[in-house]
Formats: sequence, C-alpha cells, structure tokens
Amino acid sequence: MLRRLLLPLLLLFASPAFADQTAELLEGLKAKSYAAKIAVVEKLAASGDARVVAPLTAMLNGRLHIRKSDGLIVVLEKKDGKRRFLNALTGEPLGPAKSRSSKKIRVNNRLRGVLRGALGSLTLFSTDPAQRLNAAQSMFKSAGADSLPALAKAYLNETNDGVREALARTLAAARLRHGTDEEKLAAAHILADYPDRGVRDLLAKTAQTAKGDLLVAVKQADASIEQRLAFFDILQNLFQGLSLGSVLLLAAIGLAITFGVMGVINMAHGEMVMLGAYTTHVVQVVMQQYYPGAITQSLLLSIPAAFLIAGLFGVFLERSVIRFLYGRPLETLLATWGLSLMLQQFVRSIFGPTNREVIAPSWMSGAIEITGGLVLTNNRICIIIFAVLVFLVLTLLIRYTDFGLRMRAVTQNRAMADAVGIRSSWVDALTFGLGSGVAGLAGVALSQIDNVSPNLGQGYIIDSFLVVVFGGVGNLWGTLVGALSLGMANKFLEPYAGAVLGKILILVLVILFIQKRPRGLFALKGRAAEA
Amino acid sequence: MRFVTSHWIFSALLAAITIIVPVLNLAVPEGSALHIPTYAVSLFGKYLAFALLALAVDLIWGYCGILSLGHGAFFALGGYAMGMYLMRQIGDRGVYGNAELPDFMVFLNWQELPWYWYGFDNFFFAMAMVMLVPGLLAFIFGWFAFRSRVSGVYLSIITQAMTFALMLAFFRNDMGFGGNNGLTDFKELLGFDLRSQGMRAALFIASGGALLAGFLICRVIVTSKLGKILIGIRDAESRTRFLGYRVEHYKVFVFTVSAVMAGIAGALYVPQVGIINPGEFAPANSIEIVVWVALGGRGTLIGAIMGAVLVNMAKSYFTAAFPEIWLFALGGLFIAVTLFLPRGILGGISGSLNMLSARSRS
Repeated sequence: MLRRLLLPLLLLFASPAFADQTAELLEGLKAKSYAAKIAVVEKLAASGDARVVAPLTAMLNGRLHIRKSDGLIVVLEKKDGKRRFLNALTGEPLGPAKSRSSKKIRVNNRLRGVLRGALGSLTLFSTDPAQRLNAAQSMFKSAGADSLPALAKAYLNETNDGVREALARTLAAARLRHGTDEEKLAAAHILADYPDRGVRDLLAKTAQTAKGDLLVAVKQADASIEQRLAFFDILQNLFQGLSLGSVLLLAAIGLAITFGVMGVINMAHGEMVMLGAYTTHVVQVVMQQYYPGAITQSLLLSIPAAFLIAGLFGVFLERSVIRFLYGRPLETLLATWGLSLMLQQFVRSIFGPTNREVIAPSWMSGAIEITGGLVLTNNRICIIIFAVLVFLVLTLLIRYTDFGLRMRAVTQNRAMADAVGIRSSWVDALTFGLGSGVAGLAGVALSQIDNVSPNLGQGYIIDSFLVVVFGGVGNLWGTLVGALSLGMANKFLEPYAGAVLGKILILVLVILFIQKRPRGLFALKGRAAEA
Repeated sequence: MRFVTSHWIFSALLAAITIIVPVLNLAVPEGSALHIPTYAVSLFGKYLAFALLALAVDLIWGYCGILSLGHGAFFALGGYAMGMYLMRQIGDRGVYGNAELPDFMVFLNWQELPWYWYGFDNFFFAMAMVMLVPGLLAFIFGWFAFRSRVSGVYLSIITQAMTFALMLAFFRNDMGFGGNNGLTDFKELLGFDLRSQGMRAALFIASGGALLAGFLICRVIVTSKLGKILIGIRDAESRTRFLGYRVEHYKVFVFTVSAVMAGIAGALYVPQVGIINPGEFAPANSIEIVVWVALGGRGTLIGAIMGAVLVNMAKSYFTAAFPEIWLFALGGLFIAVTLFLPRGILGGISGSLNMLSARSRS
C-alpha cells in the first residue's frame, strides 16, 4: 500500500532532476520517419517521467503540434470553440493559436499502438484504479520486453482484484512474447484461464514460431480456451434466445387471450403494442415537463398507464366492432386489420412518421459482464423478468380470481355460462380489454429495445400469431413454450444461417409443424376443440 | 336464368372495354374529348391485372372457403418470372453494359448467371414459368396443408407466414433477384419498346383478355358439378368428406388454379408498372386483395372484379389528392364492409333484388 502511494510521488519528485533530458528527448518527435518517432516514444516511456503523459496523450489524439514561429513542441487545445497552445511538458498556456500557425506531428497506426502501450505503462501506477485497469488492458497487445519489470512490479503491488486479474493477463501475454523459456511456458498455462478472443489471437501467433514443450503448452491452452469460448457462445445464445423468447412472449400473450380464449383474430393487436409504446413516450414527456426530478421512474409509471390505455381501447373496440362479428373469425380478421391501418395512420398524424425517443432509466442501461466472452445487458434482463412477471400474474388471474373463473366458463360453454347467470357479453369485453392491456404492457417493454414508430406493431404481429398457433390455441402455457422455443431456435440458427435466413427457416419450420399438428403443441382435446 | 344473362352481359362489357379503350387511345386524336391518354391506359391495365388477382382469391375464398392471406406471393412470383424475362431483354443496354449479367449482378461482382436464370431469355419459357412456379408452390403448399386438414384461421396464418418468409428471402441480395431494389429498368418486350403507345395498348388488351378468360374459366368451374362440391366444402367441410368426397383433392386443385391465375396477373402487372420488388410479397398487400373481394361481394366473381377496380381507383385518387386520409379510408372500408355489407356491394344488391322479385311474385 505504502509503496503504491510512494511510487507516483517518487516519480514526481524525481522529474526535475532529468527535466532537460526529457525535454531533449521530446525534441526527437520532430523526426520525419515514423520509425524514429517510435524509438523516441519508447525512450520517453522508459524515462518514467510522469509529465510526458500529457504530450503523448495529445500526440495520440493528433493534438501535438510544432509551432511554426519558433519550432517549439506544443499541445493545441480546443475549448469552447477557442484554440490555444499549451507548453507540452508543463501545460502552461502559451496564448491563443491562429490556424495554420502550427504543424501537426503525424502518427500512423503502428505509432498509435506504441503510444497506447507507452501511456499504459506510464499510468500503471496511477492512484485511480480505473486508470490502472485501463492501462493494464491497453498494454495487452503492445507491452514490450522493457515493460516487463514495470508490469511485474505493478502486479505484485496491486490490491484491487479486477485490476490484478487484468494485470496477470497482460503480464502473461508480455512474458509469452518476451520472457525466458520457463516464463513463456508458465505464461501459456496462465493464459489458458483467460478465455477471450485477444488471448486466442496471441496464442495462435505464438504457435507459429513456438517449438517443443512451449508449442504443446500453447496448443493445450488454445484448446481449453476454445472449449470455454464455445461454452460461452452457447450460454450467450441461450441468453439471447431467452431474451427474444420473452419479447415474443410479451407480444403474443395478449393475443393468446384474445385469439386463444375468445377465438377473435385481432390483427390490430400489434397496434395495441404500439399504443403502449407511445403511452410510454407520452408519460415520459409529461414527466419531463412537470417532474423532471423523477424521470427515472417514468418507465414504472408507464406500466399501469399503458395497460389502462390499451385496455380501455380494447374494451371500446370490442363493444363497437368485434361483438358484431363473433362466430365469423375471418370477417373479424378483416375488420381488425382495417382498424390497425387506421390506428397506424392516426398515430402517424399525431406524432409524425419518425421514431420517438424513449429514455432508458439508469438502472436499465449497462451490462453485467460475466467474463470476457459473456455479456448480459441489463435491459434484456429486465425484459425477461418483466415477461415472467406478466405471465405469472395472468396465469394466477385466470386460475384463481372470480373474473378468471367467469372467463373460463364462457370460453368452455357460453350457453351454459349464460344460463347460470354470467353476463357473457361483459366477460367478452373485459377479456378483450385484458388481452389488449397486456399488449400495451408489451409496448412498454418494446419501447426499450425497439424504435417507437407507427410501424412498431407490424413487426411483431406475424411472429405473435405464429407463437400462439405453434403453442396451441387456448393455452397460456402453450404460448410460453411456443415463445421460448421459437426464440431459442431463432438465436441458435442465427450463427449458422444468418439473421434473415434463420428467420425464414423458422417460418418454414412452423409451417411444416402445423401440418403435423394442425392445432399446435398443446391442443385442446374433446368438445372444446371442435368450436 | 337471370344469373346466366348477367354473366354474359358482364363478359360482353369486359370485351367491349378491352377493345374500346385502346381504340380511343390510338385512333382518336389527342385533342379530342374522347381521347384516353396513354398513362390512363396503363393505369386501367394495372386495375385489370389486380382484378384478375381478385378473381383468383374469390375463386378459393368465395367458393371454397379458403381464406389465403398469401396470394400476393403467387402474384409476385409470376411478376418476378416476367421481370426476369424483361431483365434478360435488356441485354447490354444496362448501366454497366454487360451482355451476360443484369446490372445488379455486375454490381454484386457476380461472375456468371445463376442456374435458375437460365432459359429466361426465351419468352415462352418465361411464360411457362409465370404459371408453373406459382402453380407448383401452391400445389406443394396446398398438398401438405389440406392433406393434414389445416383449415380456417390456421391456414390463413400459415399462408401469411409463407408470403412473409418469401418477402424476407427476396430481400436478400444473394438470392439473385435484385435484393430490395427488385427488378426494374426494363426496356422492351418481344422486341417492342415497353414505353411505346402501341405496347401499352397491347398490354391492356392482354390484361383484358386474360381477365375475360379467367372469368369464364372460373364460371365454368363454379357452375360445374365440381363447383357444387366446392361450395359444399365451403359450407360444411366435414359433411362433404363424410359423403365420400376427397375434400383435400378438390381444395388442392382449386388452390393451384387460383395461384396460376394470380401468377398470370403478376406477369401482366409488371410490364405495365415497370418494376417488381420484394414489397409485393408484403403480408399487407395480400390482405388488401381480400378486401377488394369482400367489398365487391365474395362468391360472385363479378363482385371481386368490381371491388378490385373500385378500391384501386379510389386508392389512386386518394394517395394523390389526400395521402393522409387514404389509410383511414381503406381501414374504414374494411370495417364498414364487414359490419354493414357482409355480402359485399354485389351481394347486397342481388340480395335486395331477389327480395323484391320474390315480393312481386307473391
């Protein structure tokens, strides 16, 4: 701990002693050839002088210039549209800069790599763990033989676990390249524990020149990494499949109610999803206007709002159009399709044809990185959880509440339900409202991962129908299984067939599946199936 | 008796339009009030192609109860077959001047023509494909679907999935059909300039003739014994099966005939509008066709033709004059027709006529 604090101090105090030397070295950057510049940068990095960080960073960003008037190396700073020169080493302002009064020191890609490495080794001993981590990672590709001691020292002194891991990886990489034979062998074994593409590239490059024991070790490390990467790939696919499946589930579950339970083919279902997404947008705009402090909660507030708006609209739709069309499923299809066209145009007239922005709350952005190969984004995780919640609530609602009981009664035998005093027409309206409301909820979730545009619903309607038909009509569990299996199949086919071809394959597979089981995975049996 | 005469009157009317419109375009001088401008000839020609498509849908939906939401796919496939022939006719007059390959293939750096483009230099081969490709697809699709007794809503949804899958496929550049730009920049058909007045008139006559032929064939089918069985299937499929009819055979037959008609309609449509792209496969297009039929009156044939022409005329007018309102109007039409005119315009009229005659007789 003490050493870690002392080191930068030492560097700081040591600097004036060789100030002249550093300044002299810096002059070397005026060289024409890139090779000469690289040599100078490496020497600057080796000097350990903390002041060279500023000019080297500037050089990497193309802001290190040579002033034409006196040939001084300066940093060009642009701030609030004003340009001024700074002394390269001390950072003291040298007055405003006119355009064309200086010449940029040019860098190429190779030089950029060297610069990153040099800056890395200079910041290895920074007090900020984030900077040290950055340095350790940036040096992975570039660390040369001369930075080995610095890396080893940094590794020994490191107390932060994350940085220590990154340092171990970088140190092993540097040793594999420049260490003694024993060090190389040990490094190959260590690297086997870091399954990512960077390490694999390095191992592949080493394998070309390695001989004997080292070659065996490198091959072993590579094989073990390949195995792990393949495993991560499967995990990643699993996660993405789960994520796509939950999106499909959200989009389809409302349809499973209106289509599955009521037999109404609601082609405007996608537009209910769209209404939910636009409700999210409107809630956000209103919150921004009146309660800007609570903007992160706007998404939570959108959930009941979208459910209510889409649900009320569903009830209105059922009362005004759909109830006249019961028993004529194909006509319902046409009427609701017409409705979906009108809704699209309606939203387009109000909000315009362009995408609307929905801000993601801070707790939904970002990602969890399990290891190098496996990243789970927070918004996807949230959507999976949300989908599961919606599914659970719906199942419980249908299974255990009074309304659910009435709903099932009407579905199973309308005449009998009427006879025992259930007002079946009201149950119809409420059921349709429930299905539409759930579609609205799907809209809230989709607003986080898709463009909120008038065409939002169109992209999901065919998929939703396939999910419901695939899973079996009239069965929420079927919808769950259908959505998850279609989502998984899609994501596992994607790497082999590409996104579009994978989707086509899925469509063909579902079409073939329906030939085999015309009533879906979980078909209703007995009299209910005849209806 | 009344019904027989009405269909002869309609055929005569259609034949008359097929002849008179080109005559008014070609023979009547431009200043005259009776002159029909060339663009209008193409526009009406397009309506006639759509009418043929609507006829195809009415044959299966109106008489056999098969609601296909993927008929746009057969239309587009026929259109693509025609488009491929027209592409080959361009020869070396494309932007890249490559005599061997169409422009988009040169652009994609393809070295040689894919095998499925072979033969499309020949007009008769291309015309055979116009009918064969949609027909074969419909036969295979129908064979599988009807044999496993997929019907009603399920069939509608899988036909929709079919056209959606085809749309995605044709959007891909490596399919070799021009990706999302489709096939366009056609120059000539059978050696005649596509843009010439004569060619336009000829295409109009071909469309009118094809529509008339299609109408008569459909009439023959629906009035024959076969047609009676189709109607039986529509109204009571299980009962027809129990009477000993192989329902799936009838369905496959009529589905295939309908797909071939849709393919021919597509082939007539493409040279008149000058482009075919994957957008024609869009599920929305297929649903729109069903509305033409529903508006005119399903199961009337004449109604389907009228519905197609009326809706498309309205579409041409609205999209030019009030583009904002068109989707409202179309959507409202869907709802109004299903709620208030369940038998379509023609069905409504003939229904009230029948009621009147029944009343006067009594």
